[in-house]
Amino acid sequence: MSEQPRTLYDKLWQSHIVEKQDGANCLIYIDRQIIHEVTSPQAFEGLRTAGRGLAHPEAMLAVPDHNVPTSADRATAINAEDSQIQLDALEKNCTDFGVEYIPMMDVRQGIVHIVGPEQGFTLPGMTIVCGDSHTSTHGAFGALAFGIGTSEVEHVMATQTLILTRQKNMRIDVDGTLGAGVTAKDIALAIIGKIGTAGGTGYVIEFTGSAIRDLSMEGRMTLCNMSIEAGARSGLVAPDQVTYDYVMGRPKAPKGGAFEQAVSYWKTLPTDEGAAYDKEIFLKAEDIAPQVTWGTSPENVLPITGVVPNPADLPDGDRKRAMMRALDYMGLEPGTKLQDVTIERVFIGSCTNGRIEDIRAVAEVVKGRKVHSAVDAWVVPGSGLVKLQAEEEGLDQILIDAGFDWREPGCSLCLAMNADKLGPQERCASTSNRNFEGRQGPKGRTHLMSPAMAAAAALTGHLTDIREL
Amino acid sequence: MDKFTRLSAVAAPLPMANIDTDMIIPQNHLKTIKRTGLGIYAFSNIRYHDDGSEREDFILNQPAYRKAEILITGENFGCGSSREHAPWALKDFGIKCIIAPSFADIFHGNCFKNGLLPIILPQAIIDQLLDDAGRGANAIITVDLEAQEISGPDGGTVSFEIDPYRRHCLLEGLDDIGLTLEKKKIIGDFENTKRLSQPWLFKD
Ligand code: SF4
Repeated sequence: MSEQPRTLYDKLWQSHIVEKQDGANCLIYIDRQIIHEVTSPQAFEGLRTAGRGLAHPEAMLAVPDHNVPTSADRATAINAEDSQIQLDALEKNCTDFGVEYIPMMDVRQGIVHIVGPEQGFTLPGMTIVCGDSHTSTHGAFGALAFGIGTSEVEHVMATQTLILTRQKNMRIDVDGTLGAGVTAKDIALAIIGKIGTAGGTGYVIEFTGSAIRDLSMEGRMTLCNMSIEAGARSGLVAPDQVTYDYVMGRPKAPKGGAFEQAVSYWKTLPTDEGAAYDKEIFLKAEDIAPQVTWGTSPENVLPITGVVPNPADLPDGDRKRAMMRALDYMGLEPGTKLQDVTIERVFIGSCTNGRIEDIRAVAEVVKGRKVHSAVDAWVVPGSGLVKLQAEEEGLDQILIDAGFDWREPGCSLCLAMNADKLGPQERCASTSNRNFEGRQGPKGRTHLMSPAMAAAAALTGHLTDIREL
Repeated sequence: MDKFTRLSAVAAPLPMANIDTDMIIPQNHLKTIKRTGLGIYAFSNIRYHDDGSEREDFILNQPAYRKAEILITGENFGCGSSREHAPWALKDFGIKCIIAPSFADIFHGNCFKNGLLPIILPQAIIDQLLDDAGRGANAIITVDLEAQEISGPDGGTVSFEIDPYRRHCLLEGLDDIGLTLEKKKIIGDFENTKRLSQPWLFKD
């Protein structure tokens, strides 16, 4: 059969088509679903009401993350009653329906998108869904992974499939070598700055180029994590030796001969030579400086050497109004040097940057130094295993000695659903992924950046160019 | 699921781009295990003052628009999280149709699962509809899904495109889980083939 060259996405899509339906829709097989306490209760409720069961409970994994306390006394911490109801509901639903559940006090507990890869639950070539938009993270393995709403969670629970429309192919190529102090997070923010938060809508983005190949799995996960912030439900990096090395030996990964067999399949996945993309964007790694956001959308981003933009430079219209509103919310004056913006809080964590490599980067910056006296700085590891590993490497002590609060794993200040919140007008250097109004607490102000940049800000008390520290 | 066939209602203009799901329903109201009752929290950060009183400058608080069932808004509506609480909150508030130049993908899909109709139209037509909607309670807009047509208060009509499957499900009020379960046999066949070619994906 003479085959058309296909992209990685084409292969993932075609290999999961159960049935072509009317119009552009297909019934797509879903290999794995991860669930957490916030977006699953209504799905289980729907199944119960309809008298339906789970198609494949063994293809699911549950872990609480959004609501859990991250204080040292988490086991007994008085959780808001409504949070406790969601946690109890998740546990009960998993027991009733036979789903593997990782409880809060288990060392493997953590943020869904950190736990899946860590456990080897996430593998190349799969379709993976979760009721959470940052499911795009798992695309770093060359898996088709995307966030879904609760009705779709229920659809997958009952049928192991989803009705989906094929997306278009976009390729974002980053060639060259990143400068010192520049990370995967800066690539992600620079891309969003370039294409905007709706730039990827309707596309699956495949990241290619030497700068991407040079990234670790952690870096690739950071990048794919943020593809939803560029409007794309899924980001992809083709699997390679870095991927196989990461997967090998993980608890739920195939072992021995099965692993070999899997790798030979995974090797067929990368995009064929000559395959066509609907859209291509090219960046040079050398052109990317450390990035920070100044506004209330991830696309409000600039190199740290920049100044707060001026709405007067824009023509009248939606964009100008949005910029005025963002600057007002953020309490920033046009023309202010970004490096002169002082901060009171630092949050290092989230499914974007809560992995071991991120914590290592922070420890390297702050080792032997002190957090600025006006700054309250937190590190929230992405999972219990990340925390354990950091402690084995002595990183916790470096961070504690510098004045950081070393906390228990969870989503925490990324979305402020538990007790972890910014106060009104408090300004935070954050390694998370969204700077929307109120995201880290009502009227809180978020500046997104890499872990190294957030660490530098913790030390100086203002936004800081890590390259000059 | 509720059917959507034809709707004649007040339309509220909300001409802002990138209205995100945190704005549609903030995180502190996601701690529910129900789908209903979220309407009072819709847009709460821009709808209420800190003391809980209503902000007069927010469109849906104004007398003419309190019963609006159509929302005319800016590009990339619903960006951000996958939370279905966003359409649940809008629906519970009484919104049945949202018209915008573009939507974020996940939100767009979530609307259909809840009997809400998201309509995509070019900015020039949106501008016209915003003008119509600006006339308040006197400006009833009619959305006819069967005919794929919107008519304004002055009788002018515009047509819109929609995926045929989703249109069919909305018109009939169909639950697509039930429809998919009828395909158990082909899903099972697919699984059996996959079990042979990628055995590592299966536990047994
Ligand atoms: S860390 Fe933040 S973005 Fe990631 S899953 Fe949790 S709340 Fe969502």
